[in-house]
Amino acid sequence: MTDSKTIPSLWKLVVDPETISRCISRISYEILERDRDHNLAIVGIKTAGEHLARRIHDRIEQLENRKVPFGVIDITLYRDDLLISGTKPLLKGTDLPFEVSGSRIVLVDDVLFTGRTIRAALDAIIDFGRPSRVELAALVDRGHKELPIKADYVGKNLPTQRKDSIKVRLKEMGFDDDGVYLV
Amino acid sequence: MMTGCTLSNLLGIRYTSKEKFLEILHNSTQFVEVNQRAIKKVPSLRGRSIINLFLEPSTRTRVSFELAGKRLSADTINISGSESSTKKGETLLDTVKTIAAMAPDAVVIRSSASGAPEFLAERTDNISIINAGDGLNEHPTQALLDCLSIKERLGKLEGLKVAIVGDVYHSRVARSNVMAHRLLGNEVRLVGPETLVPSKLISADLLRPITTDNPGRLTVHSCLEEGLSGVDVVMVLRMQLERQSNFFVPSLEEYSKEYGISEKVISKYCPDAVVLHPGPINRGVEISSELAYGSRSLIARQVELGVAVRMAVLFTLLAGGHEG
Repeated sequence: MTDSKTIPSLWKLVVDPETISRCISRISYEILERDRDHNLAIVGIKTAGEHLARRIHDRIEQLENRKVPFGVIDITLYRDDLLISGTKPLLKGTDLPFEVSGSRIVLVDDVLFTGRTIRAALDAIIDFGRPSRVELAALVDRGHKELPIKADYVGKNLPTQRKDSIKVRLKEMGFDDDGVYLV
Repeated sequence: MMTGCTLSNLLGIRYTSKEKFLEILHNSTQFVEVNQRAIKKVPSLRGRSIINLFLEPSTRTRVSFELAGKRLSADTINISGSESSTKKGETLLDTVKTIAAMAPDAVVIRSSASGAPEFLAERTDNISIINAGDGLNEHPTQALLDCLSIKERLGKLEGLKVAIVGDVYHSRVARSNVMAHRLLGNEVRLVGPETLVPSKLISADLLRPITTDNPGRLTVHSCLEEGLSGVDVVMVLRMQLERQSNFFVPSLEEYSKEYGISEKVISKYCPDAVVLHPGPINRGVEISSELAYGSRSLIARQVELGVAVRMAVLFTLLAGGHEG
């Protein structure tokens, strides 16, 4: 029960724990640099994005010594493949406990790939109000976008093949250490 | 082919696995959040069409199914009508043909004929059939929302003792709830006069095997004290006034005196219990006003959760594409 989850030996580590930690720090500073109106809110996209968003959020609160709103969104209800995919989606829940209208929202996700998740997340946010601005932070940008969506803050650019699979594994998900893997 | 137990229909709790039952409840809690938003609409079922076929009068179930479909962005079409009691089979068959020709993604059916949803499912392809109450058989979405109300209040759904009191014989709500609580492994006690809770009918009908290894105990009690002692949940059924000409009870006054549930009865036999009622209530007959509107009553919450549960049913059955 208490054993942590293991990474298959064939997976190739492409971003190590130290680099992930530095990326989180740098992104936190970059987000703060643009915080002119003090209306910042950090929003994670479930599931891995939530943990990364939480780290960035905690870092920013620590640096600034003030409270910053935090929320999570589950994009399942907004997916554009709901009617075609064969999987039975399980809902994970959305919680945006702050006034969305007028906020500068920084969306956080683990991997930016086709951009479809971000498109769905934007739709979800707009159902809650009209933010003054929405920005995007991603730990990894792996290319192959299918929509005109670009990240404002990128941890690591990783050139990949389209057929590759990139997995982000974090301590918060029950793993021994953080890592980004090529599968 | 009989499709009663596939994932794309909800014909009754008796065909539903525990896993599926809990999945729908899980998704329901997420839709409770959607229903609290300023914009209570998500695009999940855009482009899907749902026919609400209500062949028997219903307000709350029909409205909540319609609202559920609309909040998921599906197109909902309501068809209502009354059946000719002598020609049910024929009328229903004609209706089925008409509906199949319209090729909707789902049909929500309410009918006074027990088994009408199965009848529809057997004669259509690629249409999800959802039972919104059929005759004396089942009302699965009611059992789901009852369970969600209980889970919200008590924080758990297993290890419970549940008493169902009143006109069990005429109640599809009771049948679906019996199936649901046995599926969850809960003890179920059916309580009422022998005419309304006939022990023979119960054992033949409700003890049918359901899809679980560990079904909860089911017992019948005509003594209120015996039935209610120490239960966690009291589910009071509606006395179906329209059926009392059939001499099931000597008079409503006498029924109320013997089996009417009041705060006094509850605090005497099961002081920690919560109380449910599928509505509409006959105040002062099967339940006292004081109890129905008191702090242990979940009745108002049951109605509120109806839309979320029906959204979860539609979403769970229709998202992800048709199987097979």
